[in-house]
Amino acid sequence: MNTKVIGLEEAAALVPSGASVSIGGFTSQRHPSALLRALVRKGVRDLTIYYHSAGSDVDLLIGAGCVRRLEGAYLADGVFAPIAPNFRRHVQQGRLEVEDYSNAAMMARFAAGAMGLPFLPTRSMLGTDMVDEVPADRTPGRTAAGTPKKFVAHCPFSGDKVVLVPAIRTDFCLLHVQQASAQGLVRIEGQEFLDVQQALSADSVIVTCEELVDDDHLRLEPERNRIPPFAVQAVVPARFGAHPHSVHNHYDYDPDHLGAYDSAARSDETFAHYLETFVFGPADHCAYLDAIGGLRRLDQLRPKRGLGYNPDLRRKDRGTQ
Amino acid sequence: MSKAGWSTLELMAVAAAREIANGEVVFAGTGLPMLAALLAQHTHAPESNIVFEAGSVDPRMQQLPMSVGDSRTLLKAAQAGGLFEVFNYVLQGGRVDVGFLGGAQIDRYGNLNSTAIGTDPRRPEVRLPGSGGSADLAALSKRTVIIARHERRRLPERVDYCTSPGWLSGGRSREEAGIRGGGPAALVTTMAVIRCRADSHEPYLSSYHPGFSPAQVQSQTGFKLDLADAIETPAPTPQELAILRNTVDPERIFLG
Repeated sequence: MNTKVIGLEEAAALVPSGASVSIGGFTSQRHPSALLRALVRKGVRDLTIYYHSAGSDVDLLIGAGCVRRLEGAYLADGVFAPIAPNFRRHVQQGRLEVEDYSNAAMMARFAAGAMGLPFLPTRSMLGTDMVDEVPADRTPGRTAAGTPKKFVAHCPFSGDKVVLVPAIRTDFCLLHVQQASAQGLVRIEGQEFLDVQQALSADSVIVTCEELVDDDHLRLEPERNRIPPFAVQAVVPARFGAHPHSVHNHYDYDPDHLGAYDSAARSDETFAHYLETFVFGPADHCAYLDAIGGLRRLDQLRPKRGLGYNPDLRRKDRGTQ
Repeated sequence: MSKAGWSTLELMAVAAAREIANGEVVFAGTGLPMLAALLAQHTHAPESNIVFEAGSVDPRMQQLPMSVGDSRTLLKAAQAGGLFEVFNYVLQGGRVDVGFLGGAQIDRYGNLNSTAIGTDPRRPEVRLPGSGGSADLAALSKRTVIIARHERRRLPERVDYCTSPGWLSGGRSREEAGIRGGGPAALVTTMAVIRCRADSHEPYLSSYHPGFSPAQVQSQTGFKLDLADAIETPAPTPQELAILRNTVDPERIFLG
């Protein structure tokens, strides 16, 4: 049977500069971080990122100079980084275009793209400045291409006011999941976040996974598989591939690393040092895992069976700063 | 810790928890809202249900999550889905009784800014994380409770950017904008609890925390408050404090 399995660097080579990309996960959870580090090493530029609740996944790409434009709802690492630091600095300095939506609006936009619809209505965002926000070309409510981006309309049946938001179709969706098969079947454990809708609104889906498992194994419980295998282009085995973010049932987030990231990302100089230490310095993903403390640290992040997380993890020292 | 034996954050968590009635569906964000929701569940509202936008519905948490996507929100959950299920079927479907919000700026009518401080959102003085689910909760919950630090600059007459709609410009303006859910019921701050009048939606001081006077609260507020009905915020009970400290946040993640 055909295999979709490729390596991390090979997967990163599929994503060209200028591509539109969405990234799976949620704040400090289940991002394809190892693949993102490979993208930074390869020197990808001018990405347009579509996101809902991103964290130091998108913030890493911003800080490394890979991003030209953002459309989304929220960028922060929860308590670890209440405002994503590179995002904040780059926007304040006018180095980045941002178009703001709410999470429900981004959900509707990805869902519309996944369903092949041109738009979906939402009852959210009425009365907010997001609806009136002026896009980069300064024409209210329209993009440079002249397409309306948010549109207050009356329902033709009930007369209710709704906001119409346009579908998203991206070139790539990058996901990290617990299990995948070489044939492209995907198994997500715990919360799904918006991974399914993001995947199905992309032309190309690249999945990194903790475990490569037999296709037949995943076909024993088809009701737990939410993405059809023919929608997946490539599968990349990457154990601990989401670190410093968490993967339910596999490892917790790393409060020490996320705290150090938040501090480092507050200036260009300190962030350059972070990139050198954790992205450009390590020769590959295994070397990265050594750089963050190796098995000694990864053992401390191991979840307790039945909980999905480690209840004894020290979270406070870094976490509340 | 005050001489009274509790901190401002503890008083705020207790005041916010008291906004939740038993049996209600509560939509909670990161931080103090989680303290309030869990405290309510462990005290007067054992049958309340907590939902998180990242996908978890009605869990029995043993530890505070660091964000709404944390695996800790999944413990003994009734359902684990994603944003699609929670936003569409739970929130927009009209099943959320009370949503908890926070923001960098809150104005006279409870409109909230978590996007950008300054006159031009494209080149802001301070860029904030953005709406996340805040605008959605503000529009689609039956009512909202806002939690904030009480500083004059954080409570202006009008927000720089309206991320999440409160009562917009007061009166019937929220209804006229087509927003279906109810608006802010209470603003719980480090100094006071502020509410609004029924039809005008003009703000009034509901209670001031022990150690502050109504005049002090007004002097730290950028809009005019009606002080006529103000009472002192009831102190936390020993039982509430014990549960908050020993059961809800023993790691002191949010209580500090």
